[in-house]
Amino acid sequence: MSIEVARVSKKFGAFPALDDVSLKLETGELVALLGPSGSGKTTLLRLIGGLEQQESGRIFFDGADAANISIRERQAGFVFQHYALFRHMSVLKNVAFGLSVRPRAKRPPKAEIERRARELLKLVQLEGVERRLPAQLSGGQRQRVALARALAIEPRVLLLDEPFGALDAKVRKELRRWLRKLHDTLRITTVFVTHDQEEALEIADRVVVMNQGRIEQIGAPREVYDHPASAFVCRFIGNVNEVGAAFIRPHDVEITSRRNGAPSLDAVVEFVNTAGAVAKMDLRLEGSGELLEAELPRSREAELALKPGDRAFVKFRDVRTFPS
Amino acid sequence: MIRRLFLIGAALAFLVLFLFVPLAAIFAEAFRRGAGAYFASFRDPDALSAIRLTLLAAAIAVPLNLVFGVAAAWAIAKFDFAGKSLLTSLIDLPFAVSPVVSGLIYVLLFGAQSWLGPWLSAHHIKIIFAVPGIVLATLFVTFPFVARELIPLMQSQGRDEEIAAVSLGASGWQTFLRVTLPNVKWGLLYGVILCNARAMGEFGAVSVVSGHIRGETTTLPLHVEILYNEYNFVAAFAVASLLALLALVTLGLKSFVEWRMNP
Repeated sequence: MSIEVARVSKKFGAFPALDDVSLKLETGELVALLGPSGSGKTTLLRLIGGLEQQESGRIFFDGADAANISIRERQAGFVFQHYALFRHMSVLKNVAFGLSVRPRAKRPPKAEIERRARELLKLVQLEGVERRLPAQLSGGQRQRVALARALAIEPRVLLLDEPFGALDAKVRKELRRWLRKLHDTLRITTVFVTHDQEEALEIADRVVVMNQGRIEQIGAPREVYDHPASAFVCRFIGNVNEVGAAFIRPHDVEITSRRNGAPSLDAVVEFVNTAGAVAKMDLRLEGSGELLEAELPRSREAELALKPGDRAFVKFRDVRTFPS
Repeated sequence: MIRRLFLIGAALAFLVLFLFVPLAAIFAEAFRRGAGAYFASFRDPDALSAIRLTLLAAAIAVPLNLVFGVAAAWAIAKFDFAGKSLLTSLIDLPFAVSPVVSGLIYVLLFGAQSWLGPWLSAHHIKIIFAVPGIVLATLFVTFPFVARELIPLMQSQGRDEEIAAVSLGASGWQTFLRVTLPNVKWGLLYGVILCNARAMGEFGAVSVVSGHIRGETTTLPLHVEILYNEYNFVAAFAVASLLALLALVTLGLKSFVEWRMNP
């Protein structure tokens, strides 16, 4: 299903949570709403799901005004930040819930409901825990139950609110790859909210960067990383050095130990960290005294053999400026 | 170590003095003339009628307060609306005022001297000094128990599960029956047990509206008072022992439910 958000605004008291936001999501897309807390990303997700009402503007599902579609009829599969699993129901009952509350005429027979619930648990790789209560599962398992429960209603859109927020780093990484694969098989239009840029860049087809209730930029992960539309996006996505009005990514800082004729800036090495895939170096610029973070291949770092206190010369491969 | 022993000893001595001794005294006094006299006290038609009236008042008050309590708790814990804090304080009103005052409110509302009085007597409706008054007074006094038990429980559970249920296509009624209610069932039972104990044991409010008509408008606690005032100690304590037994059963049930609530 395609979703169109047209000039939507929403206030909480005097606080503008969303300010004239427009956005179009194509069928089958996996889109990340990325931004710091208070940027309006969760509010936008809840508006699409029908859990909140906008003050102005409209939302269309496949061209039809969503205002005329109640939450019950929306078929939006919601996965909540803390999962909101039904604590007194077994895993199987949780997953079967959406089917078992259907009006009698549309409700499948009991055996069929159970068969479908088991099938979904298989899909999310959770066989064997059908009889357990949510409290007896790990965070990652609960997350997958929540997803299976949302999938049971054959959603036209999947809405995930910080789906990996409550998990530890390792499980988080595994689950997000898994979610991407699952999305590739199911191809359900999916929107997920995150404040973690790495997460957004890794799995989304398109990233919507939000700030203070407005959309700063919409684009493919590579696009928002390489061509940030604003200073905010540049700061929020990836690391960046700010030298005067210029923005420079750490991997765009070129270091030499000797002046080689080309124009360069003088600097003093302050810190070197070689533990990791790339070497990281902090340099203090002479004159302005600004601190510069640089990332370089470890082989290059070994070649330079610079120590804290050494003099170095820096050049920038790529420099961005934004109108203020 | 010694200090701890002293504290435990003091607590135990207090319990024995103020709880076990009176409890034992009730049964000792009730059986003073033997089991025959004890059981004869319950064959008295007035005693039987008092038991019937007590059961009737509880049978009406408890289910009604169950419904009101759940509805009020649901509204307060899961929704935002104007006047919410006023409603919360109103629920506590029966706890805040003396039971005697609660009874007097009904006398002022429905008594012969009230402005409703002439209309009621013209239509041959008797509320004060009759069974309806007793039921109303019991209802009022026991109103907070269920709601008070459920509100903090429902508030701590939040609204997420209800929102999830609705997003999965459940109606409001399905959400309530399948999600909200099962999540609070033990708290609900706990409230009902306390509500029932109070409904059967209430004295003050019921005493004001009852008129003490023997065999007609006396509940168990009122019947005990009448017998006691007539120096009929064996019968008074025998009937009182019934209320004491009710208290013990309530205590047992309460501990069981508490244990189920916090496994």
